[in-house]
Amino acid sequence: MSLPSENDAPERGLSRRPVEIATALLLIALGGLVLYDSYGRGAGWDGGPQNGFFPARIGWIFLAASLFILWNACRREDGVFVTYAQLGQVVRVLGPLLLFVALIAPLGLYVASALFIIVFMGVVGTSRWWSILLTAVLVPVVCFWIFELQFRVPLPKGPLEAALGY
Amino acid sequence: MDDFSALLAGFQVALSWHNVGFMAVGVILGIIVGVLPGLGGPNGVAILLPLTFGMDPTSAIILLSSIYWGALFGGAITSILFNIPGEAWSVATTFDGYPMAVQGKAAEALTAAFTASFIGALSGVVLITFVAPLVAQFALRFGPAEFFAVFLLTFCSFIGMGRENRAKIIASLCIGFLLAAVGLDSISGDLRMTFGSTELMRGFDFLIVVIGLFGVSEILLTVEEGLVFKGKQARIDLMVVLRTWAGLPRYWATLLRSSIVGMWMGVTPGGAIAASFMGYGLAKRFSKNGKNFGKGEIEGVLAPETAAHAAGTSALLPMLALGIPGSATAAVLLGGLLVWGLQPGPMLFVEQKDFVWGLIASMYLGNLAGLVIVLATVPVFAAVMRIPFSFVAPVILIVCAIGAYTISNSTFDIWLMLIFGVVGYVFKKLDYPLAPLVLALVLGDRAEDAFRQALLGSGGSLNVFWANGLVGTLVVLALLLLFWGPMGDLIAALRGKNHPKTAEAAE
Amino acid sequence: MKHHWLAAVLPLGVVAPAFAWEPTKPIEIVVPFSAGGASDQMARTIQGIIQKHQFTTQPIIVVNKPAAGGAEGMLDIQKSAGDPHKLITTSSGIFMTPMATKLALNWTDYTPVAMLAQDSFLLWVNAKAPYKSAGDLIAAAKGAATPLKIGGTSSKREDNLIVFAMEKVAGTKFAYIPYTSGGQASTQLSGGHVEANTNNPAEDLANWRGGATRPLCVFAEQKMAYTEKVADGQSWADIPTCASQGLDVSYQMLRGMFMPGKVSKDQQAFYTAMFKKVSETPEWKDYLARNALVPDYRDGEAFVTFLKADEAKHARLMTEAGFMAK
Repeated sequence: MSLPSENDAPERGLSRRPVEIATALLLIALGGLVLYDSYGRGAGWDGGPQNGFFPARIGWIFLAASLFILWNACRREDGVFVTYAQLGQVVRVLGPLLLFVALIAPLGLYVASALFIIVFMGVVGTSRWWSILLTAVLVPVVCFWIFELQFRVPLPKGPLEAALGY
Repeated sequence: MDDFSALLAGFQVALSWHNVGFMAVGVILGIIVGVLPGLGGPNGVAILLPLTFGMDPTSAIILLSSIYWGALFGGAITSILFNIPGEAWSVATTFDGYPMAVQGKAAEALTAAFTASFIGALSGVVLITFVAPLVAQFALRFGPAEFFAVFLLTFCSFIGMGRENRAKIIASLCIGFLLAAVGLDSISGDLRMTFGSTELMRGFDFLIVVIGLFGVSEILLTVEEGLVFKGKQARIDLMVVLRTWAGLPRYWATLLRSSIVGMWMGVTPGGAIAASFMGYGLAKRFSKNGKNFGKGEIEGVLAPETAAHAAGTSALLPMLALGIPGSATAAVLLGGLLVWGLQPGPMLFVEQKDFVWGLIASMYLGNLAGLVIVLATVPVFAAVMRIPFSFVAPVILIVCAIGAYTISNSTFDIWLMLIFGVVGYVFKKLDYPLAPLVLALVLGDRAEDAFRQALLGSGGSLNVFWANGLVGTLVVLALLLLFWGPMGDLIAALRGKNHPKTAEAAE
Repeated sequence: MKHHWLAAVLPLGVVAPAFAWEPTKPIEIVVPFSAGGASDQMARTIQGIIQKHQFTTQPIIVVNKPAAGGAEGMLDIQKSAGDPHKLITTSSGIFMTPMATKLALNWTDYTPVAMLAQDSFLLWVNAKAPYKSAGDLIAAAKGAATPLKIGGTSSKREDNLIVFAMEKVAGTKFAYIPYTSGGQASTQLSGGHVEANTNNPAEDLANWRGGATRPLCVFAEQKMAYTEKVADGQSWADIPTCASQGLDVSYQMLRGMFMPGKVSKDQQAFYTAMFKKVSETPEWKDYLARNALVPDYRDGEAFVTFLKADEAKHARLMTEAGFMAK
């Protein structure tokens, strides 16, 4: 992998303004959702604040702050949010992580962990294959020993554990 | 004097060989459960509880409370090394602890955190020893209005009004409050903002949000710079401990301030979480090095740790004297008391003298044992930073997922953690501050409950917030802290106008 | 501890079981309330008794799931249908939470194991307060400029129902202040932040003995049975009923154990037998006496009949008070 080169020309990447704007719009939508829910349940004062009173007040302040952020984002000078090289690196971690979380429900946490370690270490690519395999087996086994056997904390299990009788 | 001889007798009980052994076992187990986010003090206590039935109550409570001390120490370790707070009160420790680790000063940060914990806990125990009944009475003066004022004070001391980014500070604070409001509203008994989802009904657990926002997002940020740890390599040996200690007396003011804040918050009981934020906020405001906070200032590690542990320890006092547990682990200890037929409450100090003083003596010794053990492990933990990233990163992420799952046995929470990881990554890059969000998430619903309880009682009149000297003082203090920054600016501006020439000359 | 290490090593089924079914994993008791409350204390006492008498070889773990007024714990049991290693402590909340939140929860989806006791509610005041009887408190409430404050646990639950009934009977208004636990309500009363609370005996016991609070009357048709002196030279049996003081309100709450749905008869039988044994231990009897619970063990058909009648009663009370979710 090549590290970002240190020359003076600005590196190509995702610029900051669209990300700022998208985030601000998302926050505005969130604020709208909060206000909708709060006023739906009653945000007034009925011998004391009703249960939507606080969220509604916070929602208005939130909406105002988000609008201000949006205005600022459009006004301010643009910069680089993340260079494509950096984004690539992030995706190389986020990808396997997504896969891991998605596999927990069908396969159980232990098997998913083993696969996650193989994919992650493989993608990063600095380890030999045998050390990857060893890690992929040992880490889930140690976790199993600590959590299931010693501390009796049940973690999600899949077909493999069921076949082994747990 | 009667109490003092009772304490000495307590020491005699606690210092027997087998009790010291129990202490060591308890502390080590506590550190383990404190380090792993999926396990907490209650797990450790639950395993050992059956073992303790054969013991006399004093030995048993020594063993169980040592787990508590160990877990308190252990919480700081992951905060400093990986930016992942194991417990809510270690969040403020990450603000400067993690940057220190990145700069290759992990060992110093760990030593500072452990020593500060010890100092905080010690001041809490001294408080319990000498003024227990008095202090317990003071705690009774806190009604809903006073609770709200304490939370307000925490917010104001921590947030203040910085000059840059005001809109983003406010937005972040609002997000925290709104997340805290999701779920069942305990005052009206209705569900809020769940949109019919049973998963959202539980609300957003603080730890899941924090593991995502701090832990996962930090790994994403780290990999931008290449797939290695940011931490610089540094020579690590036990001498680090002594070198760090030599520098500590300089920070006596911070240590003292945080101890007082912690003891006060522990008793009132605002709790260890509020105390750690308040300790950090006040240190940032009043320390000479305040500007460097957040960039790896050792004082920024000392302040929250001292306050959190002073509070955590003092919080055992209301538990013993009033029967209100201050934390989950304290609750399990409380359960332990009940199993032996000991009823916490005002009569415990009268009817079970030997037991209470044995416990108090074990607090001194358990903390000392804890300090020795954790300091011995500093090189081990600091060396974790040398393990290759490609190995450590997946292990951290797996442990994070386990931690998120175990909170309520739900895979939905692992997804939530991942989402907050991405949110944290984007927010950090866009300069949204995360600390106000976390603070509001932790204390927001409690502050709202207290506010509404107070208004229910007063028939909707806001006068209740300056109805007596205590609540009035708290509110005024809070407002003073909130406007400290702008007032300082104003004063400086006025001075500047009056003496334009001196100002220029000074520059 | 020893057994637990062995269990990890030995294959299962080596020891001949005395029952048709025995637990093979740690048993989790879910408490749908926060730590330190009356339900939690009961669960932890049972945990201690079972382990001390070795009614099962497996460890018992108490888990608090207080979110959403206990709905979190109930949903957890709902989701665990078929898991024979889970129990949940229940109170009247098993009817009231679904009614107040409109959540799709129903006790008939669970497996009833045993009813262990009934809990009483008392009217408590600060020890320094001038009130000598419930009548004094009502008179004070009628003369007060702002409604008197009465503390309790949660909103739209047992305590709230009692305060609502008091308002109806006495023809006056109170400001009901919901706290997160009975312990908190007790502390707030001893600090003088509320005028009264409607705690269970266990929740205010420590403060009564410490001279911070005292009971005025019990919300029941008859006085309590325990005649041993508790505090101020009084026993639980000395406390008059509220009806005798002109406040005709009575309310009691069941305390029992449920399992998730879809478990086998053998599994249910194991736990029923276990709780039968628990209810006969001297420690349990001590616990009942200490907390002034009404001993009322029921299982099988008797328990189900009780539940059906109690559910109908709560549906009526909740509707009258307007606590039903719309």
